[in-house]
Amino acid sequence: MPTLEDYIARVEGTCGAEKDVIVVFKFDKKDEAIARIIKKAKLKNTIAGIIYELAFEDKSFRLYASGKAIFRSIMNKEELNKLLSSLLLQD
Amino acid sequence: MDVQAVRQDFPILKRSINNSPLIYFDNAATTQKPRQVIDAVSNFYENHNANVHRAVHTLSLEATDLYEKSREKVSKFINAKEPSEVVFVRGTTEAINLVAYSWGLSNLGKGDEVLVSLMEHHSNIVPWEITAKLRGFTIKYANVKADGTLDYDDFESKFAKKTKIACLSHVSNVTGVINDVKRIAKAAHDNGALMLVDGAQSVPHIAVDAQNLDMDFLAFSGHKMLGPTGIGVLYGKKELLEEMPPFQGGGEMIKEVAFSQGKGCSIIWNELPWKFEAGTPNVGGAVGLGEAVKYLQVIGMDNVLSHEKDLTKYAVKRMQECSKVTIHGPSDLSNKCGIIPFSVKDLSSHDVALICDNYGIMIRSGYHCAQPLHQKVLKLNSSDRASFYIYNTREEVDRFVEVLKEIDQL
Repeated sequence: MPTLEDYIARVEGTCGAEKDVIVVFKFDKKDEAIARIIKKAKLKNTIAGIIYELAFEDKSFRLYASGKAIFRSIMNKEELNKLLSSLLLQD
Repeated sequence: MDVQAVRQDFPILKRSINNSPLIYFDNAATTQKPRQVIDAVSNFYENHNANVHRAVHTLSLEATDLYEKSREKVSKFINAKEPSEVVFVRGTTEAINLVAYSWGLSNLGKGDEVLVSLMEHHSNIVPWEITAKLRGFTIKYANVKADGTLDYDDFESKFAKKTKIACLSHVSNVTGVINDVKRIAKAAHDNGALMLVDGAQSVPHIAVDAQNLDMDFLAFSGHKMLGPTGIGVLYGKKELLEEMPPFQGGGEMIKEVAFSQGKGCSIIWNELPWKFEAGTPNVGGAVGLGEAVKYLQVIGMDNVLSHEKDLTKYAVKRMQECSKVTIHGPSDLSNKCGIIPFSVKDLSSHDVALICDNYGIMIRSGYHCAQPLHQKVLKLNSSDRASFYIYNTREEVDRFVEVLKEIDQL
């Protein structure tokens, strides 16, 4: 049974008033993570296949081919984990 | 200055990031290390590693010699009167904390004032705020103009008989603006106050003469000037350092710890600068810093600044081709180091930094540890920052602008 730890290397709070959250995927799992997320979320825009602007439930976020995602307006760790679980772990 | 020859000295610049050649534009955060510095640190650990001072064996004497020679190099680099005015610390933050705790706790109390500018890095705000709560003194903040330059009239008008110390960055870590610290030092001294200069962004980029600028304290970091992390410097005028109590206690900073019957423990502090270097210091780091200083001296600090100014002027001109990019800070670039703060319309600073990262370009995003400047002066939630050093080129700027133009299309 896969877990979030299988996909995620690190979660960083950003510096600045926006309080965004950056999720860094493990290098060897980033392509799989990106594929899963793109399959689940609604694609709003993509630039040259390296930046994906996505929406899932009431959240919009950006996913980068380098294996990072930036989420906005995340209230706490539980909310982030729930969102990531839906995107990465549920079929 | 032959930039291509300089680049050959930096092994990391051969790297690719996300399938693109590395372009490192985050030099205000930390700089890359030349082979000479890496080799000096390796050589120390491979051939000379021992604890410094006190031991009589050969290795310790060699390590001590290397450590103290680095202090001499740093002392000459900033034109201190003598090496004993150079205290090795972890970095700028620790240097300012040393002054705030050692000098501040002994000399500041209720009714006293400390004068700080609003453009300061948090490391020149927080130590004063902490010690103000301990001692009850007041901190006054001098204004910064909307373009990020210091409001000298406001700063000078805030000096009073109660002002005991003025604290100011020599160069802003957000805008790259060079402050006239000599002018503020004179105003401080005319009012019977001391002057502390945060040199984290100046010592690596411009020739700094501590005596000529008449600063009482100067703090800077090794890692921002090609040296290793974990080593930095507090310069202080000898007569001030001599009067200050130790910041931390332990080995190395004492001459004698003696128990005599009925009198308890009596301690005699070590001489300068060792009084302020409790515990085993970062010897390898100091050796690396000495080598970094030597490297910069060979290039020449005037050449360093001239290269950065040229690159900044070129980059600003090219970035203005991007319709969504707004450059912050003064439009007059003549009094600036190689730091360009900017924003991209409709994109968060972190998005811009992540897009650049996708193309192998490392820039900074956020507050850059200067939240008051962002919120109270620049009125920004955050910003992006490109900052240059001796190994950056116009070709790298061109590539950066290409990426910004792609961002323009978003």
